[in-house]
Amino acid sequence: MKALLKMREVQLALCTAALIILVGTRAPVFVTGSSLSNLLTDSTLLIMLALTQMLVIVTRGVDLSVASSLALAGMMSALLASRFPELPLPLVMLAAVAIGLLLGLINGYLIGYLDLAPIVVTLGTMSVYRGLVFVLSGGAWVSSHQMPPDFIAFPLARLFGVTHLVWIAGLTVLAAWYVAKHSRFGRDLYAIGNEPFSARYVGIPIASRLMWTYGLSGAMAGLCGYLWVARYAVAYTEIAYGFEFTVIAACVIGGISIAGGSGSVAGAVLGGLFLAVIGNALPVVKVSPFWQSALTGVVILTAVLINARGGRPIGRQILPLHLNKSNATGSAA
Amino acid sequence: MNTSTVMSNSADAPETATSSRYIIADRPGFRLGALLGRWEALLALLLVAAFAANAIMLPHFLDLYNLADGTFNFSEKALIALPMALLIICREIDISVSGILALSSVAIGLAHVNGVAPELLLPIALATGTACGWLNGIMVTHFRLPSIVVTIGTVSLFRGLASVVLGDKAFTGYPQVMADWGQGYFFGFIPREFVILLLFAGLFAFVLHATTWGRRIYAIGNNPVAARFSGIAVDRYRLVLFMLTGAMAGLAAYLLTGRIGSTRPNIAMGWELEVITMVILGGVSIAGGAGTIGGVMLAVLTLGTVTYGLSLANIPGIYMTIVVGILLLATIALPRLLRGRRTAK
Repeated sequence: MKALLKMREVQLALCTAALIILVGTRAPVFVTGSSLSNLLTDSTLLIMLALTQMLVIVTRGVDLSVASSLALAGMMSALLASRFPELPLPLVMLAAVAIGLLLGLINGYLIGYLDLAPIVVTLGTMSVYRGLVFVLSGGAWVSSHQMPPDFIAFPLARLFGVTHLVWIAGLTVLAAWYVAKHSRFGRDLYAIGNEPFSARYVGIPIASRLMWTYGLSGAMAGLCGYLWVARYAVAYTEIAYGFEFTVIAACVIGGISIAGGSGSVAGAVLGGLFLAVIGNALPVVKVSPFWQSALTGVVILTAVLINARGGRPIGRQILPLHLNKSNATGSAA
Repeated sequence: MNTSTVMSNSADAPETATSSRYIIADRPGFRLGALLGRWEALLALLLVAAFAANAIMLPHFLDLYNLADGTFNFSEKALIALPMALLIICREIDISVSGILALSSVAIGLAHVNGVAPELLLPIALATGTACGWLNGIMVTHFRLPSIVVTIGTVSLFRGLASVVLGDKAFTGYPQVMADWGQGYFFGFIPREFVILLLFAGLFAFVLHATTWGRRIYAIGNNPVAARFSGIAVDRYRLVLFMLTGAMAGLAAYLLTGRIGSTRPNIAMGWELEVITMVILGGVSIAGGAGTIGGVMLAVLTLGTVTYGLSLANIPGIYMTIVVGILLLATIALPRLLRGRRTAK
């Protein structure tokens, strides 16, 4: 029991539950079924993106281009659907995923095979992809009346009383859990993040693993691109602008170490859920929505502070040091 | 490179050389090839090419007044890029600069609305920026958190606080002295912002390349642990650099607010990535320990030339983001491709 309580994911889950209950006592409307199901629906895109971002961060990388890939794939699917309304919906979704995958594989090739720094590569592709959205659309909006009705209806349509968005997110969580915990691919990613040199010595094909990890992140961004555009029934150049930081924030809150090698699916899910709860709770308790960003910042900083505390001590001292301790170990990080 | 620093023994070697077989020179000898192979040389070529292409294709490009006005679009960003280069050389990064800028701008606006004298607004901007930088620095040095995570958190915090103060309003009606510095000229055509940028570039170049402090920053970037063991106060350097970045963001906030004459919640949105792009394009290694201020300034001027040319040619600004992105990717990927793929992986 005690060991369970010490787990970061359990603590975070308790925090989230406490926050929901706290908000519920101030405003009972927040804990009603429809409000909670809204909350779940609102959190899905963030959670799905956080899951693949987690895999990327585990390999000591970061994917800053997710929001731009999302926008590009979303815009392309919207244009596709509005030009060819007779196109079946699964095909449009598949196209969005394929576009995302391609964008992600470009990142992955540059990072994996050319051995370039992930932050620089994705910084570059982020601006390129965002610019391409503008080039494709000519700066125009694709609004709801241009898109076919089934295109828009799909994400919020319900199956057994739960929206399609939640179903898709649920399946994604299961798939991510399987990949991260039980597939060779996923375990290799942890190995790469923990110790790249050792990973190479035991024969892990690092370059191809990295390429497909970023590919996965891109494909997820593509899927979310369609879902985002369809859900909000509008596509424009600035969709999801700055969302990459929200996604990374969800991972950080979920206890995924930016130094790589550690992080769990549950953490990413709970991190995304926590941010969604904050976002949905503020209007309910009548706090100005302008506080949301500031509060998110405070939450991120608190979460990393707590995680850093929990992670210590990292090393074990074998030989006694005859030095001033605080000075000698001062700069190890 | 190593071979050029080791010169073989020659006949007229001094007497002490008899005990050792080689004389090791303090610095490598002058070689044109090495000079041309430098990143900065490549950038300079790129700058000249961009300049020439623009001058040939656009009739009004070489207009002196236009050129001078073209510097406005990058001066504030470049002011932040200078300390950012030092930070990245030191293996840290600050993503929160645009948040600091927004918060400083809001602080100026708030102070101005409450009747603070116009000449006190600059110190207020600098103090706000420094305080924000201090928060980043303390989180990184004292709590040992990775700077990228800390600053992703604080960018949200700073910008959030700015939008809490602003709400859906905007601060306007700034005093004339701010407009003078933000959009004014020296001698009628040299923008003051550009002069400030050049002064600071000189200062930063001097500090980084000609003082012990600068050498220590390289040492920290190359190996923080070794730097600490050789007696460099690593954490103090990091903290000061974060505060310096904050202060420069504050200065940029003062100039930008003066130039556009208002503070809106979306002020300087997305600048952090543009600033970092400038620094990396300037040849500063993201892994730390390498890079020059000259390179960063060349990158700034190159990007500025391209932006200015595109705007003269009436091409929407968003195409610029594509150009910048491709430039960044090509500059880092091409050397790798030309050198041939590594077989290690």
